[in-house]
Amino acid sequence: MIKSKYYLGAIAALALFFVGCQQGANNSGKGALASSAAEKVYVAPGEQDEFYAFLSGGYSGNLTVYGLPSGRMFKEIPVFSQFPTSGYGYSEETKPMLNTSHGFIPWDDAHHPDISQTNGELDGRWIFINGNNTPRIARISLKTFETEEIIEIPNSAGNHSSSFITENTEYVVAGTRFSVPVPQRDMPINEYKSNFKGALSFISVEPEHGHMDIKFQLLMPGFNYDLSHPGRGKSHGWFFFTTYNTEEANSLMEVNSSQNDKDFIAAVNWKKIEEYVNNGGGTKMPTNYAHNLYDESTHTGTTTMKKEVLTVDPLDVPGAVFFLPTPKSPHGCDVDPTGQYIIGNGKLSADLTVHSFDKMIAAIDGKKYDGEAYGIPILKFEDVLAGTVKSGGLGPLHTEFDGKGNAYTTFFISSEVVKWKIGTWEVIDRKPTYYSVGHLMIPGGNSRKPFGKYVVAMNKITKDRYLPTGPEMEHSAQIYDISGDKMELIYDFPTHGEPHYAAGCPAELLAPKSQKIYRLDENKHPYAVTNPADARVERKGNEVHIYMSTIRSHFTPDNIEGIKVGDKVYFHITNHEQDFDVPHGFSMIGQNTSELLIMPGQTKTSIWEPKQVGVWPFYCTDFCSALHQEMQGYVRVSPASSNIKLSWSLGED
Amino acid sequence: MKKASLIMMIGPLFLLGLYTFPLWTIMLGAPQYPDPLGINIHIDGIRDVNEFDIQNIDGLNHYIGMKTLPKPEEMWEFSTFPMVIGVMIVLGVVTGLLGYLKKVNYKWFIGWFVLMSVLGILGMYDFNAWMVDYGTNLDPNAIMKLANPDGTPMTYKPPLFGHTKMLNFDVTSLPATGAWLMFTGMMLTLFAGFIGWKNRKTISVSKT
Repeated sequence: MIKSKYYLGAIAALALFFVGCQQGANNSGKGALASSAAEKVYVAPGEQDEFYAFLSGGYSGNLTVYGLPSGRMFKEIPVFSQFPTSGYGYSEETKPMLNTSHGFIPWDDAHHPDISQTNGELDGRWIFINGNNTPRIARISLKTFETEEIIEIPNSAGNHSSSFITENTEYVVAGTRFSVPVPQRDMPINEYKSNFKGALSFISVEPEHGHMDIKFQLLMPGFNYDLSHPGRGKSHGWFFFTTYNTEEANSLMEVNSSQNDKDFIAAVNWKKIEEYVNNGGGTKMPTNYAHNLYDESTHTGTTTMKKEVLTVDPLDVPGAVFFLPTPKSPHGCDVDPTGQYIIGNGKLSADLTVHSFDKMIAAIDGKKYDGEAYGIPILKFEDVLAGTVKSGGLGPLHTEFDGKGNAYTTFFISSEVVKWKIGTWEVIDRKPTYYSVGHLMIPGGNSRKPFGKYVVAMNKITKDRYLPTGPEMEHSAQIYDISGDKMELIYDFPTHGEPHYAAGCPAELLAPKSQKIYRLDENKHPYAVTNPADARVERKGNEVHIYMSTIRSHFTPDNIEGIKVGDKVYFHITNHEQDFDVPHGFSMIGQNTSELLIMPGQTKTSIWEPKQVGVWPFYCTDFCSALHQEMQGYVRVSPASSNIKLSWSLGED
Repeated sequence: MKKASLIMMIGPLFLLGLYTFPLWTIMLGAPQYPDPLGINIHIDGIRDVNEFDIQNIDGLNHYIGMKTLPKPEEMWEFSTFPMVIGVMIVLGVVTGLLGYLKKVNYKWFIGWFVLMSVLGILGMYDFNAWMVDYGTNLDPNAIMKLANPDGTPMTYKPPLFGHTKMLNFDVTSLPATGAWLMFTGMMLTLFAGFIGWKNRKTISVSKT
């Protein structure tokens, strides 16, 4: 008995030894891998990243700027949402940016950023992004990294197959996910079928300033237009849209819109329609939508309500629109760098359908139709099919390209990125994502010239990837090194909001031209003071305008008397600094709005309606210098009936 | 003497560079200024190295009570120096010409060099005197009044030549393109004088 105890003890010791060894081996293996991955993503202090990555903020309404490969976040650019950090959407100058035909809207769901292109290559002038909920397209300057323009899209709802641009930035395209009555009217919902329309909007982009204008809206059958991408190279002049709900169901969509075995990819020859429109084609329809434009010299946005839009019935332009049957409610619609292949990511299947542009043209030329839908010819599936990627994954959503003949597709249901070869359609590699990946992004991965070094996978579910922060947590992204044959997971970082798509480009395309300051001598804001001697206070009835200047570290003026309860006080503040990265902030006690953050040379305006008698302080919110704490002032508020004279001063007793 | 006179005529022309290029450059770098701020001192005024540098240096200097950098009209030097340089260039070229015409000898060349050197030293003395005033004549109501370890008030005179650490700033003061051109020109006139001196006997022999 005693003996057997020893034996057992020895066996246990031996078992522990082996377990220990195995653990040791595991750790060292992981350690070696981790250290090589660490070297790949490590950007030493003071060093800069190789790529910019612009990740959409989804329901944050904004756009976030990251560096690759470090995954460091540099900035959140306010686009569709009020942003108290800078006062965007709160300041008098930026409130108009959020105007729509429904009035002021403080939020949207920002989806698909796309960088402007010339000859199919990224040119780094602007980045566009769509607001999904109240259909809008925004243009952001890549010199100032600020939103410069937002245009509302009429006759649209769920602006999802947007904001993708043609290869010379001729158009930014916005397609509707929900079909709706066009024009909107009071009618029974269940009369959807054949009554609703799906508007695909082609918004022209003026080449010098980027100003947007809706050139025409193509009124398509009432399907759901999910995603889109432009043709490029040989297919330049075409645009491709995935559709689902070709069943035209209006209720319990998750079942009822998934019944057809095949939906369509709509191929739109926009050059043909453009020609038709330029020759006077199309119908002008009365409507109402907002066009908001920010002027950099006045630092002010203005809203213009537009009352008309040009619509085009696809049947009026024969040969302009065709349907390519595509299996299983395709989601992403991606075009390879050569423009030859159009990939339909059938989100309810395991396979990817790849259509051939050449075959499509041949089928169109041969008029080999397989019937029609609402008068639009349907091409035969077999005639346009280039190949099928048998992936073994489940739920393909989006595809990007590395420019070396490979494609990378995300699989939402099976949580993985699959690398496959264009032409042979064979799967080369697959790597798990954490978890349930949506979009992915290779810098330039949807252009003629991708920079195929990294792919960023943007995941919908985070779970255990980071320290837990309660039920709500940020989403997660993974960076893979794709420079070798096999993908290598090298980094994991949290993202802000819910990134849908992203766009990336080499750092040298943007960094050298990133603006450092606004020039005070170019400030044309009507309430700017370019010389502190001009700082003053003016009363117009119960409106009081304070023309204030700031420089390290004081406001001019900083003592103001003669304000009365019931006044509407406008603080027009001009930052006189002309030094890089020296903003000044402004906040007033009891003000029913956000602070202002004013960049060097900029003027911003904030309203305060004092409700209580007293002496109320204001201060600078940005730690601007060693004397920041001293950067403050007082406003004396007297009773409405008071006759205290308006006066202001700085440095006087 | 022909060769010496030609060199004497060319040398002073190098001073023309002073009308375009800065005489001196003072750079101020600090942790939060990875791109240093700088001023170029020209004979007719102080200019930015990069746009807005003067404004930003003045902005920083107000904390320690330094005066703002002088505008050209605030210092007599900036109107006088261009005239003095102009006169010296004309004088130098004319001296060379007269030497070429054999109206004057090499001693005049050396004379020009000595005069220019004296003026140069006076200029440097004046420049240094301004920097002393600029760096020590501080506003008694300055925001920050700092003291040296021995208790004396800290002053901020930039170095005339070389590098100094001033609070968080590394200050480097060095002659710039204009000064190097002037130096080259002056050396040429000295060389002209030297050649004239070396050849003085040949001339006297050929004369007898």
